[in-house]
Amino acid sequence: MLLPVKWLKDYVDIEDIDTRELADELTLSGSHVDSIISLDRGIENVVVGRIESIKKHENADKLSICTVDVGREVLTIVTGAKNLKEGDYIPVALIGAKLPGGVEIQKTNFRGVDSFGMLCSLRELGYEDSVIPKYQRDGIFVLDREYPLGTDINEILGLYGDVIEFEITPNRPDCLSIIGMARETAATFNRKVKLPEVEIKDEIEDIHDYVEKIEVDEKLCYRYYARVLKDVEIKESPLWLQTRLMEAGVRPINNMVDITNYVMLELGQPLHAFDLKKLKHNRIVVRTAKEGEKIVTLDNVVRDLKDTHLLITDGEEPIGIAGVMGGLNSEITEDTSVVLVESASFNEKSVRKTSKSLGLRTEASSRFEKGIDPNLCKFAAERVCQLAELIGAGKVVKGVIDVYPNKMEEKTIDLRPERVNGLLGLNLSVEDMIKYLERLELKAEKSGSILKVTIPTYRLDLSIEADLIEEIGRLYGFHNVESQPLEGVLTRGDKSFVRVVADKAKTVLQGLGYNEVMTYSFISPKAYDRINVEPNSPLRRYIEIMNPLGEDYSVMRTTLIPNMLDLLVRNYNYGVKECYAYELGNTFIPKELPLKELPYEKKRLCIGMYGEGDFYSIKEAVEILFERLGIYGLEFVPERDNPTFHPNRTARIIRDGEEFGIIGEIHIDVMENYDMDKRIYLADLDFEKMVEHTNMERKYKPLPKYPAIVRDIAIVVDMDTTVGDIQKEILSKGAGLIENVELFDVYTGEQVEKGKKSLAFSITYRSYERTLIDDEVNAIQNSIVEALENKYDAKLRS
Amino acid sequence: MKDKLLNIKEEAISWIREAKDLSVLEDLRVKYLGKKGQLTLLLREMGSLSKEERPVMGKLANEVREAIEKELSLAKESFKERLKREKIEMEKIDVTISKRSKRLGHRHPLQATIEELENLFMNMGFSVIDGPEIETVYNNFDALNSPENHPSRDLSDTFYITENILLRTHTSPVQIRSMIERGAPIRMVSAGRTFRFDDVDDTHSPMFHQIEGLVVGENITLGNLKYTIDVFIKELFGQDMKTRFRPHYFPFTEPSAEVDVSCIACKGKGCPVCNGTGWSMELLGCGMVHPKVLENCGIDPEKYSGFAFGMGVDRITMVKYGIKDIRLLYENDNRFLEQF
Repeated sequence: MLLPVKWLKDYVDIEDIDTRELADELTLSGSHVDSIISLDRGIENVVVGRIESIKKHENADKLSICTVDVGREVLTIVTGAKNLKEGDYIPVALIGAKLPGGVEIQKTNFRGVDSFGMLCSLRELGYEDSVIPKYQRDGIFVLDREYPLGTDINEILGLYGDVIEFEITPNRPDCLSIIGMARETAATFNRKVKLPEVEIKDEIEDIHDYVEKIEVDEKLCYRYYARVLKDVEIKESPLWLQTRLMEAGVRPINNMVDITNYVMLELGQPLHAFDLKKLKHNRIVVRTAKEGEKIVTLDNVVRDLKDTHLLITDGEEPIGIAGVMGGLNSEITEDTSVVLVESASFNEKSVRKTSKSLGLRTEASSRFEKGIDPNLCKFAAERVCQLAELIGAGKVVKGVIDVYPNKMEEKTIDLRPERVNGLLGLNLSVEDMIKYLERLELKAEKSGSILKVTIPTYRLDLSIEADLIEEIGRLYGFHNVESQPLEGVLTRGDKSFVRVVADKAKTVLQGLGYNEVMTYSFISPKAYDRINVEPNSPLRRYIEIMNPLGEDYSVMRTTLIPNMLDLLVRNYNYGVKECYAYELGNTFIPKELPLKELPYEKKRLCIGMYGEGDFYSIKEAVEILFERLGIYGLEFVPERDNPTFHPNRTARIIRDGEEFGIIGEIHIDVMENYDMDKRIYLADLDFEKMVEHTNMERKYKPLPKYPAIVRDIAIVVDMDTTVGDIQKEILSKGAGLIENVELFDVYTGEQVEKGKKSLAFSITYRSYERTLIDDEVNAIQNSIVEALENKYDAKLRS
Repeated sequence: MKDKLLNIKEEAISWIREAKDLSVLEDLRVKYLGKKGQLTLLLREMGSLSKEERPVMGKLANEVREAIEKELSLAKESFKERLKREKIEMEKIDVTISKRSKRLGHRHPLQATIEELENLFMNMGFSVIDGPEIETVYNNFDALNSPENHPSRDLSDTFYITENILLRTHTSPVQIRSMIERGAPIRMVSAGRTFRFDDVDDTHSPMFHQIEGLVVGENITLGNLKYTIDVFIKELFGQDMKTRFRPHYFPFTEPSAEVDVSCIACKGKGCPVCNGTGWSMELLGCGMVHPKVLENCGIDPEKYSGFAFGMGVDRITMVKYGIKDIRLLYENDNRFLEQF
């Protein structure tokens, strides 16, 4: 919403307040200022001139030589413009003149002819293309009438003062008008609003000679107020009207359209003008469309209508889509002579639905959607007639047709003063409250201990007590409300155990050098192909977004792996040498598809890396993580069948038969899909299971008092025998005396038979009750060797 | 005899003093003090001395022995000391070399901001609560008093799964869940992922983060809200930061306000970053909980009042660290993450 301060001053006396203060105070009372635009564009020495003569330039086809009277002198100026004739009043930039953007005009020679200045277009005077009228678009700006020669152009175009741009919240459609902002200004500075006085000097004939009748659909059209103008002469508006529109960001079209736009900006009421002579019948019938009906709208598009669309018709043919856009068949054109001015109020939802289903949003529709006070229709229509008379656009026909079946009355809201103070934390007197309300034109009367507050119908946003409390609060100033510490029973802030474990896990991973990453919850369905998920895998039972931003963001992830691979590969391509990352995030598991109830949001922890390390580096991280969460006794069971992972370098993580996730190297096929040539290691963990088994309790265990005995053992076994199995076997024979079994060497090569490998373990024996003697350790060693020979065909190496 | 003794002493000491290493010293000890050493041999001749001379010579011999031993031990000490010095000299390293083999990981900056805020609010007695990313239309809009026709409900603003299920557009549904589950009084804060139909550019992301707070109790006022916001803005951005409350509109609060914070770049003096206003605009939205919202959650608005606030974690993180492009937060470039 653009508010030219000059225009605002027509309705509220703020001569003593500068724009900065105005903007600041309005901001604090709830009208949010987006920006302040100065109309002063730094134009200097551009004055009104009159074309005295025009002749062709002898050496240049496209140039003309004008003599221009600028009052003090007559200048020769060369121009390329085509739209000029003798006697036109135009802006002349004199030698030394400054134009917007710092351009300075100098004497210039055009193919042998000196030019002492420049004739200006609106664009050269700093107007945006979006507001320059079509008839001024090509060529020099021709003024609408005679002006004293030599007058500063800034004065004529009103290029001084500021325009304030506001962001109006959707609950205050009444503020989308100069009057609405004048009311806010008056309330903020405690002044009075002066509404324009509407007076029509001369009315002729009778509207009923032009319009037989008006009928409306009561549910969808609250009010239809019509007036007629005759002897209409369509032409350009006077410059004052055009510049006001342009300052408010609206392009002038012709006098009739400009007047309706002017009143819409001024009062907030969208208006429409029909060429009455183009209607087949002199009637207005507001009804819903018939299935299959069509209309060509003003933008020259054929619109297929549905029975939910509300139409303006002449009783037979549609002549407009109510509140959205007029029909081409009743458009105001140069030969229009009789005009019906429509000032109506339509059902908000109906306009919204219509506009949405047609994909047609207009200034009018967006205003109707937010709601228009039906009591505004009359004032606005009368104002249009007044202006039409004032600028000589046409003559006003006597009488009105006002169809207003259910008049909207002012309502009252009960306000409890103690509630005002209670909610705002203030100590205002009832009298003060009344004063604040009255500044907003809200009449408040005491009735016992409460206030009965009457709400003007244009304040569509006020419906409950809290709304009035806000009004008092914002005029008092939220910034003036004193801060008060929270009181009451002290409660301790807590967080769920899941979050406590998450924090712990993150701290551990951070200590291990892994960076936390955050990726989108939605992914591409193609991601499942890239990580080679089987067609019938439950991972592919994903939830689809109805209106995604594109395929890449179209399904809710059931796994964190694709995002992790994406970002690792991206980092690699950026030249990052090594990357350690983890993400703790949700996966979305539907109970049924299509979704009937909310899905299960399952937390998973994905850890990924590439760089110096290998499988054992990431395994180490996972082992430490579980240990720190108090989860012991993990088994890593080789896994060959997960198509995302390398069949010979992957394990499922199991504890007591429960699966906690998978860890391994990414399958070479998947790496090819990602065009990645550095190996990636990844662990995908069921975080909720981890939380379930987390044990944060720690119990002190006495430190050992007796010495340990360390024995090494080296065996040769089949290549496929796992270290894990051997270690388990060793431990099982330890009679509770083995403290640790550590692998310290793996050897394959000349010294060992083919298909075999040599493993060397260091076994630490210790008792917490006594000093061990060699004999008992030897006995255990022997039983270990025996067991390994029997079970794994192991040969002792000497 | 006396002369011999004094000779031995003089000779031994002069040799000791010239000795070059420990083995020479050992040789000298053997040569003079050993079982067949010169002093030992000389003492064997003591028998031939007169009774009067014997004790005198004996005393002298002992003095000589002690003098030699002392000299030997001094020389040994000084050798050891020298060796130690030499060793220390040999061990010189270039301390300007850095060999970083251990790395600590980094929290994602968004997560760091969330944790900082959560901890702050926990200290003020707020409980941290999580809510689902996929929500019902009821919890996300209806229960929050959002008008049926509000444009934020459009397919062009909100991601839908079905007609009644969507990706939450704000963290506010967690307020609804908490009020229904816990009732009044309540102090809670909730942070998490939120989604809006926005194409990706420097300031927009279809997924972003919010943090939301809610207090419901008896006699909760706008003054309490201001206090709470002031405290956390100062905590997050610095004690010299100011806040400015501007009336605004949200369907779920009445009165509603937007909060501006002193420009982080100039601390409120006015600079190009803040267009000379001195304020970082619209950092946070807040207000007193709308009575209809309380009612929708089974809380009596006549008995209880409350306030709620919400803000964009991404925006706050970007303002705080001077990040200009929101995409950096989701690209997870290591070189970016390791800056925090």
